[in-house]
Amino acid sequence: MSSIPLTHILFVSTALFFIGVYGLFTRRNLITMLMAIELMLNSVNINFVAFNKYLYPHTLNGVFFSLFIITVAAAEAAVAIAIIINLYRNHRSIDVEDAQEMKY
Amino acid sequence: MNASDILFYLISAFVLGTAVLAVTANKIFRSAIWLLFSLVGVAALYFWMQVEFVAAVQIIVYVGGVVVLIIFSIFLTQQSGSKMPKPPLKRTLFFILAVLLGFAFSYKIIAEYGFASAGPVKPFVVPVSAIGEQMLDTKQHGFVLPFEVVSMLLLAAMIGCIVIAMRSVPKGKTIQKHTATVGGFGTSNNLTDVPAASTTPDEVSIMEEKAT
Repeated sequence: MSSIPLTHILFVSTALFFIGVYGLFTRRNLITMLMAIELMLNSVNINFVAFNKYLYPHTLNGVFFSLFIITVAAAEAAVAIAIIINLYRNHRSIDVEDAQEMKY
Repeated sequence: MNASDILFYLISAFVLGTAVLAVTANKIFRSAIWLLFSLVGVAALYFWMQVEFVAAVQIIVYVGGVVVLIIFSIFLTQQSGSKMPKPPLKRTLFFILAVLLGFAFSYKIIAEYGFASAGPVKPFVVPVSAIGEQMLDTKQHGFVLPFEVVSMLLLAAMIGCIVIAMRSVPKGKTIQKHTATVGGFGTSNNLTDVPAASTTPDEVSIMEEKAT
């Protein structure tokens, strides 16, 4: 259907992953770090679907993996935001530099 | 180069551009909105790859769930218009160097691996009925066990979120309604205390006794 080689899709997902890594490195705000992690998970999902489409078109395993990754990512985001809100209540800040104690 | 290829490059440029903006935007709310666009772009990429079900799930879960959750938590925790402090220039420079190095490394690996060329690939069609049947299949290639495990995980995450975000009430103390709000903090108080504050103190103590 298309003449796009698999490697181009992989380049896009690699670039997306490293953009997420850059965000994780530079940001010092917990919510923005969470957003960077979401970007990285999305790039992994693109990889799974692309491999499934190009290399193993007779199975559906990559699609299932990406579906489960989406589910786990949603659960992770919900727990992370609960922790962030709890941290904000105790520290009045969601900067990672301010969160130095495990117990308030 | 036909229309499909051009569409792929357009979608990729959109995803990567908005992702860069999402990790570099100064204001946190704008960053969240750019993330929203990037996730929609990834869903468009799934549509381009003809996996419509995954694209629909991506839009429902990410755009409808995760980003809304992030925006709510931004509203609860800080002034959305305030600018975030920039990291020092030297650190940013080294981070960019590290990221570029990692990208170049992966790029080289991917470019030299030489995947089995697409050639006459079978058309990759993903009917939703096939996904549903294999998801609940108990035979060899079924995914019913991960399905159940992930449902338990979701339940655990839900209960864990409630427990973590719930404000612990010291025993013997009666709960008072929060009337005075201090800055933006009052909203986060009300978030979890609405059900508790709407009940009378007697009911709460009775419920606590039942629980123990």
